[in-house]
Amino acid sequence: MPDGDEREQLKLRLVRGFISNIPHNRALGTEIVELAPGEAVLRLPYDEKLVGNPDSGVIHGGAITALLDGASGAAVFTALPGLVPIATLDLRIDYLRPAEVGRPVTARATCYKVTRNVAFTRAVAFHEDPADPIAHSVGTFMVSTKPGAPPAAARP
Amino acid sequence: MTLIERLEAARRAGDHQAFVDVVPYARFLGLSVGKVGDELITTMRYADHLVGNPALPALHGGTLGALLESAAIFELLWRAETIVLPKTITLTVDYLRSGATVDTHARGIVTRHGRRVTNVRMEAWQADRGAPVATAHAIFLVMRG
Repeated sequence: MPDGDEREQLKLRLVRGFISNIPHNRALGTEIVELAPGEAVLRLPYDEKLVGNPDSGVIHGGAITALLDGASGAAVFTALPGLVPIATLDLRIDYLRPAEVGRPVTARATCYKVTRNVAFTRAVAFHEDPADPIAHSVGTFMVSTKPGAPPAAARP
Repeated sequence: MTLIERLEAARRAGDHQAFVDVVPYARFLGLSVGKVGDELITTMRYADHLVGNPALPALHGGTLGALLESAAIFELLWRAETIVLPKTITLTVDYLRSGATVDTHARGIVTRHGRRVTNVRMEAWQADRGAPVATAHAIFLVMRG
């Protein structure tokens, strides 16, 4: 029998595999920087296809939205006992300043509360310093979208 | 021409698709824009790279958020609500159903026209407009001419 720590590591590997295989994450070029229980750090490299304003070269807010959504979902996965289905209920994003041209954007998300049905997240997007944020988000997620499903089933 | 000048020229010419063609990220998402009656509808054509959950399968929530935000910005540009590119201050998305792997449509409705701040609510739907997959509201920093 694996002990608690081994189970935790196994779960984090499952989450890592699941996230890295999400087609839209691959299309964006999202990298997994760090996964820990209840926490996920993803990085979005700068790419010309993500540009929202061709005059300035600044990436589109939508790409930041996708990064924050992805990081928040990942943080929920790592906070749960296993890979259970989740669904975003809502996501609010405050855009604090434009991302700088040519620099990757990092999102650090925390799942700070899990109840029987709902998980709550907050996340911040930044270049180097989380204290100098580009965007901030809060989200809620429905846990296990299939009523009656075993809560820790090892399936997405 | 600057981006905003090109967008204004496109608006005067009634060439809504130009709103998309000048924005790389909108092309990446596969957006198109067209008038349907007196509404400006933004469509995100389904493609495999938009998927967020291959098990269901379902669209990535971020793509729906980006579609909704884009629909609102196109609405503001089309209505000439601003002489600068609208800057999103805050965006709130409610996800109502999982996004099926088909085309998704969206539109924005301006709920308040301010001199500096404009409020827009948005909805996105797929086959059945009466059953939206997501709704949103957003606040934009603008500059009225």
